[in-house]
Amino acid sequence: MDKEFLKQKAKEIRIDIINMLAEAGSGHPGGSLSCADILTVLYFDKMNVKPDNPKWEDRDRLVLSKGHAAPALYAVLAEKGFFPKEELKTLRKLGSILQGHPDMKSTPGLDMTTGSLGQGLSAANGMALAGKLDKKGYRVYVILGDGELQEGQIWEAAMTAAHYKLDNLTAILDFNGLQIDGPNREVKNIEPVNEKFKAFGWHVIEIDGHDFDQIDKAIEEAKATKGKPILIIAHTIKGKGVSFMENQLGWHGSAPNEEQRQKAIQELEGSGV
Amino acid sequence: MAMATREAYGKALVELGAKNKNVVVLDADLSKSTKTADFQKVYPDRFFNMGISEQDMMVTAAGLATCGKIPFASTFAIFATGRAYEQVRNSIGYPHLNVKIAATHAGITVGEDGATHQSIEDISLMRGIPGMVVINPADAEETRQAIFAAAEHYGPVYIRLGRMAVPEIHDQNYKFELGKGEVIREGKDVAIIATGIMVAIAIEAADRLKEEGIEATVVNIHTIKPIDKDLIVEVAKKTGKVITAEEHNIIGGLGSAVCEVLSEEYPVKVKRIGIRDEFGQSGSPKELLKHYGLTAEDIVKAAKSF
Repeated sequence: MDKEFLKQKAKEIRIDIINMLAEAGSGHPGGSLSCADILTVLYFDKMNVKPDNPKWEDRDRLVLSKGHAAPALYAVLAEKGFFPKEELKTLRKLGSILQGHPDMKSTPGLDMTTGSLGQGLSAANGMALAGKLDKKGYRVYVILGDGELQEGQIWEAAMTAAHYKLDNLTAILDFNGLQIDGPNREVKNIEPVNEKFKAFGWHVIEIDGHDFDQIDKAIEEAKATKGKPILIIAHTIKGKGVSFMENQLGWHGSAPNEEQRQKAIQELEGSGV
Repeated sequence: MAMATREAYGKALVELGAKNKNVVVLDADLSKSTKTADFQKVYPDRFFNMGISEQDMMVTAAGLATCGKIPFASTFAIFATGRAYEQVRNSIGYPHLNVKIAATHAGITVGEDGATHQSIEDISLMRGIPGMVVINPADAEETRQAIFAAAEHYGPVYIRLGRMAVPEIHDQNYKFELGKGEVIREGKDVAIIATGIMVAIAIEAADRLKEEGIEATVVNIHTIKPIDKDLIVEVAKKTGKVITAEEHNIIGGLGSAVCEVLSEEYPVKVKRIGIRDEFGQSGSPKELLKHYGLTAEDIVKAAKSF
């Protein structure tokens, strides 16, 4: 892992996210910024994908179950070369290949359509089951949101993954602690997440989701784990990288105006994030 | 020989599984009732029991489909379309994934279990999803061929199956064609357009009408979506009187679909036989059909009341 390279990439991704959202005039900055480092490490260091052949059948797969963080994934896919970066300007606009929430039919490199919370883990399980059936070596990653754990289907899927011993599946929880109506612990507490997943038969790893070494180590540990699905609980900061967005509830689902955009970009460019 | 379409489904799956290695089957703890246990016995590696988790089952099927599998996700119709509606819409319909939803125990003839288990809105729910194909076979042979046709068609397909044994209408010479209606009998006086288990009942009604000198055309609409518009218009032109018959709410099902076609293309009077926008109740299938006005006699009465 080249940490400096990845840090630079993540910074560029964050700048793209801010620009995209400002251009679109709507979208979800908080949850996009919180998972930017994880997606950067996955796509630029860990995942085996071919941007010139997005449907390559042996590729590693990623399901963004918290589909509202689409801008982060779009920025990563564009940076990786799945489609021209010019397209990022069209986010959420009529006819765009970048829908408000991920649509696999529209965007090259997207492995699953998501947006309605609670469904991504099941889809990832399906991909992992197919991988086992076909004796393929690919791995499946799924990014879960913390508020999303309140959906019952997550727990149905958690049982399925453990029951079928899907050790080719790694779920990463982007645990930023905030959902639309407030902190998780006030809206409906999801803790203890670690013990819950362990009780469901998962191997659980807990990390700082903005520490590249820890992300790297956790993914390697997941790859080495046998007989169980793996959950990486990544503690993150909603709005990470933009001081006035960090841990601010209001930045769950609103786009920056021109002034806020400039301020955010200035901060990101000058930062060591 | 009378056979439930769910029985034919189980047999067809086994046959299909041998021909197409990409076929996988999922069930939600009802494999003995949906008859997917037949497939499990022969192909245990390609069968996934998801437990009592219909929402998870539908999206797992979607994930399998993204990897080139042809999943048949099976459960009772009410759970497939009701419990997991949003999963079917957003994770199967919207991405247009190659998932087949095989829904057994449809309609009120599931019987004694009562209203919670009787799906009378499933056709309506499924045909409202863009790109979803909706098939409601009438007997065992049609089910067999519909399952093969569904596997060959790329995209989401809903197949409605029943619990109760139904008479044989088709033999092996029958050629099922997706999206096409079938004229079972020609007659100039009235057209009876039926689907699913009501096809056999429509034939019985046509026999009785004949005894009274009324010649009925009987049409089997096994594919409710995309519907065979040309055939519906043709029989409406020929007879000027149309009756629809379905084991479903009269709102949103076959009757509605036929009325949509005719009101735009060739308006004639339509009488709809179906459940009259009320919930069912416990009872034997036969009693329920009678109670809710789904018998040959009810069709005959409708034919004579134009």
